[in-house]
Formats: sequence, C-alpha cells, structure tokens
Amino acid sequence: MSSDAKAVNTATAESADSTGMSFLETNRRKIFATYLPLGGFLFVLLFPFYWMGITAFKPNNELLSREGNPFWVNSPTLAHVKKLLFDTAYPEWMWNTVLVSVTSTFFSLAASVFAAYAIERLRFSGAKQVGLAIFLAYLVPPSILFIPLASVVFQLGLFDTRLALILTYPTFLIPFCTWLLMGYFRSIPFELEECALIDGASRWQILTKIVLPLAVPGLISAGIFAFTLSWNEFIYALTFVSSSELKTLPVGVVTELVEGDVYHWGSLMAGALFGSLPVAFIYSFFVEYYVSGMTGSVKE
Amino acid sequence: MASVTIQAVKKRFGATDILHGVDISIADGSFTVLVGPSGCGKSTLLRMIAGLEEITDGEIRIGDKRVNDLPPKERDIAMVFQNYALYPHMTVRDNMAFSLMLAKEDQATIDSKVGRAAEILALGALLDRYPRQLSGGQRQRVAMGRAIVRDPQVFLFDEPLSNLDAKLRVAMRSEIKELHQRLKTTSIYVTHDQIEAMTMGDKIVVMRDGRIEQTGSPLDLYDHPANQFVAGFIGSPSMNFLPGTLRRSGDALRVELSDGTQLDAPQQVGGMDGQPIIFGTRPEHLRLVSSDGARGAIPSRVVVMEPSGMDTFVACRHEGVDLAAIFRERHDFAPGSTIHLQPDMSCAHLFHAETGQRLAA
Repeated sequence: MSSDAKAVNTATAESADSTGMSFLETNRRKIFATYLPLGGFLFVLLFPFYWMGITAFKPNNELLSREGNPFWVNSPTLAHVKKLLFDTAYPEWMWNTVLVSVTSTFFSLAASVFAAYAIERLRFSGAKQVGLAIFLAYLVPPSILFIPLASVVFQLGLFDTRLALILTYPTFLIPFCTWLLMGYFRSIPFELEECALIDGASRWQILTKIVLPLAVPGLISAGIFAFTLSWNEFIYALTFVSSSELKTLPVGVVTELVEGDVYHWGSLMAGALFGSLPVAFIYSFFVEYYVSGMTGSVKE
Repeated sequence: MASVTIQAVKKRFGATDILHGVDISIADGSFTVLVGPSGCGKSTLLRMIAGLEEITDGEIRIGDKRVNDLPPKERDIAMVFQNYALYPHMTVRDNMAFSLMLAKEDQATIDSKVGRAAEILALGALLDRYPRQLSGGQRQRVAMGRAIVRDPQVFLFDEPLSNLDAKLRVAMRSEIKELHQRLKTTSIYVTHDQIEAMTMGDKIVVMRDGRIEQTGSPLDLYDHPANQFVAGFIGSPSMNFLPGTLRRSGDALRVELSDGTQLDAPQQVGGMDGQPIIFGTRPEHLRLVSSDGARGAIPSRVVVMEPSGMDTFVACRHEGVDLAAIFRERHDFAPGSTIHLQPDMSCAHLFHAETGQRLAA
C-alpha cells in the first residue's frame, strides 16, 4: 500500500467510527485475520446445509455409488420430493408443527411478559427468588422431565393429541422467554414508568403503552427463539404423539423415513431442508430486531 | 397552586435511616431548592413528595390535603426527571399529551393545552419529532412542557440540568426561573449544585446526611451560614477556614491564628477567652496588603494563579492550610512567593471548633 493510501486510510479511520479497527486494514492482515478464519467458520457452518441440499436432489443410484464426485449432483431429480409430499404425511406434519409452534409460542410469550414484568418491576418480596426458581426450572433437562409429563398427559387424556404438545412446550418456553424478557425490561429506564405513573397511568397502561412498545425487539427475539425451540422439539413430540398424521416434522421425518435399517436419505434430506426453510426465513426477516433484542438497549 | 408542608418526615430503607425527621414548609408559589451533597436524602425527599417512595414516618401535605397514602397521579404534581424520561416511542406532541389522554380530555382541549405549552417553551416546530431527534436542551424543554400541560399544583424538578453541558445549563437555569416567574406554580427543585441553588431559589434548604442544616434565602445562607458545613457548601470558590483561638481582653475580642497572626474579631460574639475556633472568610473578602507585618494580614505562599480575565483567582497556603483569594484587579505573582492577605473582618465568620456551629452573638 502506498504511503498516500495509508494516509487516506488513517484519515478515514479517524473521521468515521465504523472504521475503528483500522489496524486490520492491510491486505495481508485482512486475509489472515479476517477472511481466512471467517471462511473456515462459514465452511463448517454451511457444509451440512450444502450436503442436505445436494442429497435431496440426488438420484438413488448416485447416492449409493462409490464412483464419481460425491460433492456434486450429475442428474438432479425430484423423485425424493415427490415421495415426501405424496407418499408420506409430510404436509400434515408441517401443518402440525406450524400449529403447535405458533400457539405454544404465543401463549408462552404472553405468560412470560407478565412474569418478567412482575419479577423485574413490581418489586414484590421474593421476586428475586421467583426469578431464580424459573431459571432453575429451565435447567431441568426435557429428557428427564418427559417422564412425569407423560404421566400428566395420560391422566389428562391428552395422549396422542396436538394439545399435549401445545401444553407441554411452555414448560421450557416460559422460563426461557421470561429470562430473556427480564433482561430486556431491565434495560428500559424505570424513570419512564415513574413518569407515566405521575402522568396518571395505571400499571396496565404502563405495560401496554410504555413498556411493550419499547420492548418490541425483545419480544421479537424471544418469539423467534421460542418458535425455533418448539419447531425443532423432538423428545416430547416423540413421546406424546404416536399417530402418523399428528406427528411434527422432526419426529415424522425420522420415524417414517427410516424403515428398519433402510434410510431414505434423499427424502430425509428433502424433509429436513423444507423443514428448516420457515425458520431461516423468519430469522432473516427479523434479524435486526433480533440482534438489538439480544443486546437489549433502549435508546432515548 | 398550593403550599407544601413536610412534617417530621422520616425514611428508612431496611436498617438504614435516610431521612431523620425533616420539617419544611414551602409557601404557595415559591421556588424552593433542596441542595446538598450526593446521598444527603434530597432526591429521596422529592420522590416521597411525588409519591414514588413510601413515607416511613411523618406527614406530607399538598395544600390542605394529606398525601401520605395517595398514589402519584392523585397528588396533582408534575415531575421533571434528571434523564428527562421522555417516552422514546412517542413524538414530542404525544409525550406532552400523554397525561391528558390518560385523563380522557377531549381532543380540542389536548390540542390547545399542548399548543400553549409548546408556545411557552418555543417547541412549536418540534412537535412531530421523536425525542432521539432532539438536542439535550430541547429534550429538557419537552420534559418541562410535559409538566406544564398538566397545570399541576406543584412542579418537582430532580436535578434537571445535570445532563446538560455547562453553557446550556446556564441558559436553561434562567429559562426555568423565567418560567416560574410566569406561571407562579409552587416549585421544588433538587440539585447538588450550589450555584443552581443560589441563582434559582427563593428559598434554599441545605441538607446533609438526612438532616436539614439550614433553611433560608440564598443571600441569607451566604451571609449568615448557621454552621461550617453550610458556610463551606454555599459559595464558589468555597469559604476559607483557618483554625485559631479566641482572645478576649476587656471589650476587645481578637482571633489568634496558629502562627500568631492577630485579627480583630468582627462583632460581639460569644465564646470564652482561649477557646479554639474556626475562622472563616470568603475568597472575595481577602484584600492584598503590601507591607509584611501589617496588622491583621495573613502571610501566604502562592501555589497557583488562575486569571479568568474578569478576576484573578489565587490559590495559596498558610501554615499547611489551603487558602483561596479572588481579586478584581489583575495580579501576577510568582508561584512560591509570599503575599499578605488581610481579611475583611466585618464579613468574617467564627465557628465552634468542635461542633462547627456559628458562634452566637
């Protein structure tokens, strides 16, 4: 780099905040410090998706052959997709998953807003302990919790219904969302609420007119998380539902497309691919809100 | 408008006493400033008047109404917060109209009240902006506008200027004062800045450690501080304090400083011969005298000179005690040189060496 260019670089670095890490700005350093690690990271993250993508469109003979390039499809086919959509209950699984995820996310979010606000701002005695207890509840692994929950589900007569999942998912969604929202509510200056209190607002009005509008990024990120967690949930869905047409995607794909020791790899991957698209779509759509929700800041 | 009466008010957080029984009576339409170092309980007291903190003991009345158990919205007060507390998701107009909308006023009344407040504070052009698009001073004005539209009995200000830069602070100071002169609403103003207290208040309440040290008009506090704390807190640069001994012979009363310098005591004050005292004199009451050994002059070594153009500030040291002097004339002393400072004894203050109380006449 010429000295002139360096001078320009330094000048822009000084004038703009966005170029604060200008010490990285020689080409060699850029490659070694930025692009190489980033490339490795991206490869590790994206390769499974790539593999999933090509497998979904590979004909069976290419899939099982030991010849040729395994990283490429020579004659793509839609046979696996067709099998998935028309020979299995895939559309029903998709619908079940959407229904269960959306309703359980909605109810969990509503409950968490009240819980988090009460713990964070109503200053009742024992609020801290309740907060901690909710967090501890989240730490109990579902692989243990499904045993007592199964008994509850049976006794309520909900076994093999969608309601069984809609009611059990909040057991891990509510603690999670409550903790995320508590952090977000904490970042909203309490003077705003005191000011609203003096202005004549009731607690309900403070929540609906001041706190919730300001907490939208937090609500969105909690919602996305809850939605993803319930979308991908496996163990409860596997235990509490047995009819094929009531299964959710993750369970349906794994139980119906693996017959004994025969793996229908193409359809499996196609099912996984289509199953991950809605989540990816929602993530990309709300990514900005999601980031500011995680970093939790209300700017005045 | 209403008077505010605070009677034997106490505040306790757990085992910690924040306020130990405070009595203040605030006249209708006055501008009262609560001032004190941080942690003295002034903000807590203001929040108790607002209804944001519970009152442990005692009574607060706004007008004739006992407000101890009333929620904030029924106290008919408005408060301006240190960080303005503007609702970030609402425009300036909505911020100001919020309380009126909650009170279910009709749209025409809201518009006219917001319009009037905007006119008073010159906010007309900013009504459709969001708080994040405003400068510090503008936000401050919106916060005041929000208080004005409610036309409350009492305005409460909680250090409203401490987030502004020095220049803007001076400007907003006079703006708030002008606003009070125009609206004549009873105002209670909390600050830790004694200059704000002096320049804005009709009445100042100096607090320390949850107690009231002195209450009075600004100049009264300046000229007749009740104790060494008030004397040191009010005034900038603060008062000089020198340890000394009271000497009484017949009618004549003198102060003898630790180095033997003799000063004629100002007026007839109490105290016995040989009693240790603290002698206090303000920086502007020190006069430069040329000859050494002049009667009643304190020899001092110059440490730092700070000419501001308008006056000259000299930091010196006498017998290990820091002394500050301000001269209207321009001087240029070499650091380390010795000058002689003669205090104006008619404006001197004598305090009890142990209790710090002003020696009574």
